[in-house]
Amino acid sequence: MAEFLINSGWNPNLAQIVASTLGAVVLASFGLVWVIFSIWLERKFAGRVQDRIGPNRTGPYGLFQTFADIGKLLTKEDITPKGADKHVYNFAPILAVAGIIAIFAVIPFNHAWVGADLNVGVLYFVAVGSLATLAILLAGWSSNNKYALLGAFRAIAALISYEVPMILSLAVPVLLAGSMSMQDIVKGQSIAYVFVVPVSALIFFVSQLAEVGRSPFDLIEAESEIIAGFNIEYSGMKFAMFYAGEFIHAFVICILTAVLFLGGWRGLGAGEPGYELFGFLMLMAKSVAVYAFVMLLRNTLPRIRIDHMMAFNWKFLVPLALVNLLVVTFLARPFVPDYAAAEALVAEGGLAGLVGTIFGAGFIAELPRAVVLLVANVILFIVATQLLHRYGEAQRSKLGVQAVPPMRATAMASD
Amino acid sequence: MQPEFGQWFIFGLFTVFIIGGGIGTVTSSNLFHAALWLIISLFGVAGFFVLLAAPFLAAIQVLVYIGAIVVLIIFAIMLTRRLMGLREAPNSQWAYGLVGAIVTFAVLALGLVLASTGESPLLVSQPISEITGESIRDLGIALVDVNQYVLPFIVASLLLEAAMVGAIVIAREDE
Amino acid sequence: MLPLTAFLIVGALLFCIGMYAVLARRNAVAILMGIELMLNAVNINLVAFWRYLTPGTAATAQGLQVGMAGQSFAAFVFVVAAAEVAVGLALVISIYRNRRTVIAEDVDTLRY
Repeated sequence: MAEFLINSGWNPNLAQIVASTLGAVVLASFGLVWVIFSIWLERKFAGRVQDRIGPNRTGPYGLFQTFADIGKLLTKEDITPKGADKHVYNFAPILAVAGIIAIFAVIPFNHAWVGADLNVGVLYFVAVGSLATLAILLAGWSSNNKYALLGAFRAIAALISYEVPMILSLAVPVLLAGSMSMQDIVKGQSIAYVFVVPVSALIFFVSQLAEVGRSPFDLIEAESEIIAGFNIEYSGMKFAMFYAGEFIHAFVICILTAVLFLGGWRGLGAGEPGYELFGFLMLMAKSVAVYAFVMLLRNTLPRIRIDHMMAFNWKFLVPLALVNLLVVTFLARPFVPDYAAAEALVAEGGLAGLVGTIFGAGFIAELPRAVVLLVANVILFIVATQLLHRYGEAQRSKLGVQAVPPMRATAMASD
Repeated sequence: MQPEFGQWFIFGLFTVFIIGGGIGTVTSSNLFHAALWLIISLFGVAGFFVLLAAPFLAAIQVLVYIGAIVVLIIFAIMLTRRLMGLREAPNSQWAYGLVGAIVTFAVLALGLVLASTGESPLLVSQPISEITGESIRDLGIALVDVNQYVLPFIVASLLLEAAMVGAIVIAREDE
Repeated sequence: MLPLTAFLIVGALLFCIGMYAVLARRNAVAILMGIELMLNAVNINLVAFWRYLTPGTAATAQGLQVGMAGQSFAAFVFVVAAAEVAVGLALVISIYRNRRTVIAEDVDTLRY
C-alpha cells in the first residue's frame, strides 16, 4: 500500500502516514461492520434455540433488522441525567468501544495481514482490554445512580478477578511459542495448542467469557437484580455504543481463542504465501465456530450467583491455572522443538517423511512435546474434575440434598 | 515533513499528556477527576517508554498502572466517600509546598541545563524508538540471570507477596 | 534527534508536581497519587538513561553486566509501586473504617 503510493510519486513520509491511517480505518470498521451482522446472527440464533423464527420482517431473512434498530436508537432522545459528571459520562462509551477495537491492531489475519506485529502483542491486548474495565467504572460512577454504581462495582470485581486466570493461561502459549508476538504464536502452532494444552485453552475461554460478561457470567447487567448495571442511565446512541462494544468484544474473544489456541490462520495449507485470503477465511471460520459455541452457551445456561462466580474463580480456576503453568513449564523445557532436525528427518524419507509431507515438518518437530503435554493436561484435568466432584458431594451432603443426575431423574419420573 | 520535527512533535504531545495530567491530578478538587487526570499522565509515561524503545515497560505501564493501580485507587475513593460532592481544599501549608516544588524543579533544571553543554553525554542523540536488539528477551534474561538480577527479582516477588498478604490482613473486617 | 536532557527535564517536572501533591493535599488517597507521579518520574529517568547510555546487553561497568540495568530497575519500581499502593490503600480503608476520615492530618493520635 505504502509502496504503491510512493511509486505513484507521493512523498514517502506522507504515503506512510496515509497508508497507516487507512489501514487503521479499515481494521476498525471491520469490527464495526461485523457487529451489524453479528447482532442479526445472534438474534436469529436465539430465536432458533427458543423455537421462534427470529427477525424476519426487514429485508430477506430479517437481515436489515439491525439497521432498523440503529435508526431507532439514533432518533431516540439523548438524556444526560441531572447531577451526572458530564464529560466523564460522555467519554465512557467512547472508551468502551475504542478499547475493544484497539485489540484488532495486533490480530494476525494471515502471515502478512496484521495491523502491528508488536513483540509484546499478548501483553498489549491484555493492557488494552483493561481499558474496557475502566470504561465500565467511569460509566457507573458518572451516572450518579446507585444501581449504576453497584453494577460497576460488581463488574470491576469480577473483571479484575478473572484477569488473573486469563493471564496465567495466556502465559502457556507464550511459553510454548517462546514469543509474545501474536504472529509468532500462530507460526509456532504446527499442532494447534488446544490439542497440546487443552486445560489452558479452556481456562482462557472461560475467563474471557467472564470478561465479556456473557452468560453464564452476565451478572454485570443482571436485569432482575440491579436493573441493567452500569449502563442504566444511558440511552440512544450512547447505549448503542456499549451494546456494540459488548458484541465486538464477544467476537474478539473468539478471534483471540482461535489465534492463540486453534492455530489462527493455519490449517489445510491456508495462509501460506499466495493463499492470503484463504488464511483470512480460515481464521474467520474458526472464530465463527467458537462464536457459535458462545451463543449456544448464552442461550442455554442460567446465570450464576456472584459469590459462586468469585469462588469458582479464586478456588478453582486460579489454582488450576497455576498448577497447569508449572506443569507446562517443567515438561516443555526438555522438548523444545528442533525445526532443523525435523526438516532433516523429513528429507530422509520413510514414515517421518510421509507424515512430514502431509502435515509439514513443524508437526514432527512439535510432536513429542505435544504428546507429553497432552497426557499431562488430561491427567491434570481428570484430577481437577474429581476434586471438584468430591467438593460438590461434600457440599450437598452438608445441605442434605441428594445428588441426582438430571437424566436419571426424568427417567425415574417416567417409570 | 521532517523526521526531526515529527520526533519533537510526538515528544511534545506526550509531554503535554504527562505534565497536563500531573497538574490536573494535583489541582483538581474532585478526587475522582484527579484519578482520571492521573490516568492521562500515566498514558503519557507509557508513550515515553515507547519512544525510548522499551515496549515491554510501556505495556506493563498500561496493564499495571492503569489497569490495576488506578482502578484500585478509584475503588478506594468510592469506598471512602459519599457519592460525588465533597470538594477537597489543599491544606494550610500548600503555599510552602508550592514554593518547595518550584525551587526543587528550578535547581534540577538549572543543574541539567548547566551540565548539558559541549561534549556532555547528556547531549548524545539517539534515534528514538529504534529497538536495540532483542530488548525484551534481554530483559527477561537479565531478570533471571545469576550474574545479573535474579536475587533482586526474587526479593521483589517476595515483597509483593508480603505486601498483598499484609494488605488483605489490614483491610479485612474483624469477624 | 532528541537529547537526553529533554526526557530528564520532563521527569524532573513530573517529580516536582508529585512532590507538590504530597506536600499540599489533605486526602491520603491524593497523597498516594502524588507518590505514584513521583515514582513515574523516576521511571522515566531510569529508562531514558538506559536508552541513551547503556543500550544492549553487551554494556559492562566494573566487570558487571549493566546492559539491562535501567529497564530492570524500572520493572522493580513497578513492583514496589504496586506493593505500596496495595498496602497504602488498605491502610486508608482501615483508617476510614475506624475513624470515618481519610484526611491525613486528622490521623494524629500518635502525636499525643
